[in-house]
Amino acid sequence: MNVQAPALQDSRLNRPEPFRPSDGGFFQRDRSIHPPAHAPGYKSSVLRSPRQSLLSLENSISEMTGPVFGHNDLGPLDNDLIRNYAKDGDPIGERIIVHGRVLDETGRGVPNTLVEFWQANAGGRYRHKKDTYLAPIDPNFGGCGRALTDDTGYYYFRTVKPGPYPWRNYVNSWRPAHIHFSVFGSGFAQRLITQMYFEGDPLIPVCPILTTIPDQDALDRLVAPLDLNASAPFDSLAYRFDIVLRGQRSTYFENRTAGN
Amino acid sequence: MPQQLNYLKETASQTAGPYVHIGLIPAMAGFDIFEKNFSNVLVTPNTKGERITLEGKVLDGTGTPLRDVLLEIWQANAAGRYNHPADRSAGALDDEFRGWGRAGSDFDSGLVTFETIKPGAITDRTGRKCAPHVNLWIVARGINIGLNTRLYFSDEEAANAADPVLNLIEQPVRRKTLIATRSERAGKVVYAFTINLQGPEETVFFDV
Repeated sequence: MNVQAPALQDSRLNRPEPFRPSDGGFFQRDRSIHPPAHAPGYKSSVLRSPRQSLLSLENSISEMTGPVFGHNDLGPLDNDLIRNYAKDGDPIGERIIVHGRVLDETGRGVPNTLVEFWQANAGGRYRHKKDTYLAPIDPNFGGCGRALTDDTGYYYFRTVKPGPYPWRNYVNSWRPAHIHFSVFGSGFAQRLITQMYFEGDPLIPVCPILTTIPDQDALDRLVAPLDLNASAPFDSLAYRFDIVLRGQRSTYFENRTAGN
Repeated sequence: MPQQLNYLKETASQTAGPYVHIGLIPAMAGFDIFEKNFSNVLVTPNTKGERITLEGKVLDGTGTPLRDVLLEIWQANAAGRYNHPADRSAGALDDEFRGWGRAGSDFDSGLVTFETIKPGAITDRTGRKCAPHVNLWIVARGINIGLNTRLYFSDEEAANAADPVLNLIEQPVRRKTLIATRSERAGKVVYAFTINLQGPEETVFFDV
């Protein structure tokens, strides 16, 4: 039996467009878990941090959409840093697998999203014309790669464990071993760059960049645990690193008009 | 005790650092590794729309250009449609336009350029017209979380005056920080912009 819905009394609900209690925008970003723009212990942030308040913007289509990537954008060795720059042998260093899922705040996997990563070599030197650290370049190591997540948000790559290195903040500042990550998600408002650290690294609590994060739990979530179950026996250790992007509100009633 | 919501927390942002080029634009770091590379050229010969160059700098609190900054842009096509399944507006998709690109600043001058097309006006989900604009995302050493802003076009005065986002900015003088200035140079259309991270002309950045 088809029951006629009662006439809607709220004038908002009688507009020609469908009622949307929830518009599909992203959850508001919780800035208390992110480093503040101005974090004087990380000296480079002082002159590069906006001082005005950010203008809060309800997500429009401009922020809810973002670039779509596919396997055509990648090459077959892009997620294998042991092979993708090898010239006459394997790179020097501890062989590791890094794997995990890209999730959103509701816990759903983010499928088919581009994950890019870059790092120093095992001696703590970047293959970059501006890096002048005295540790040597490894002729067989480029230090970058990328992957698309699968249907469940899972990604993985193989590399060597990066080394710590000194940098000019205080005279004796050292970065803990880390891998940089860039992640897209489905909308430009989810765009995120972060860094992954390694469980047990004694440099973590004294890093001026890592300690810009005001929330200890948020900081701990950047530290990847050793994952022996995912290691390749007699070949590579594994570390697990899940990444969480902003969640998206549902569009419960998008395809329904009032009264239907 | 009520039921627990159990949302996950977003992963914390960290600076892209001075060597961001290695991962995102390896040719700028000084080596060649990927078969296919992303770039600051968004157009193919068959892309529809008016060819434009976006050209600008990002200045720190002393007015000095950042020479290690990375910008990404995301924009609609010439018909005002984003190349994304969530955009179901009426404009036609253009298979020759993804609408996204990235560029590193020149290591000496700090200049950043994109070769793209001028986007069309966008119709938002409530039917309002939004002035043509390009969405901008900025990361660098010293920037702890990526900065979101927009570029609007100086020759779209009427559309800009009616734009719902520009009108959210309380001080008209600050709206000007988002307007790129049109000029022609050797037959090419160039829109020039300056991003000021601090100071009296600090660019409006958005919490999106």
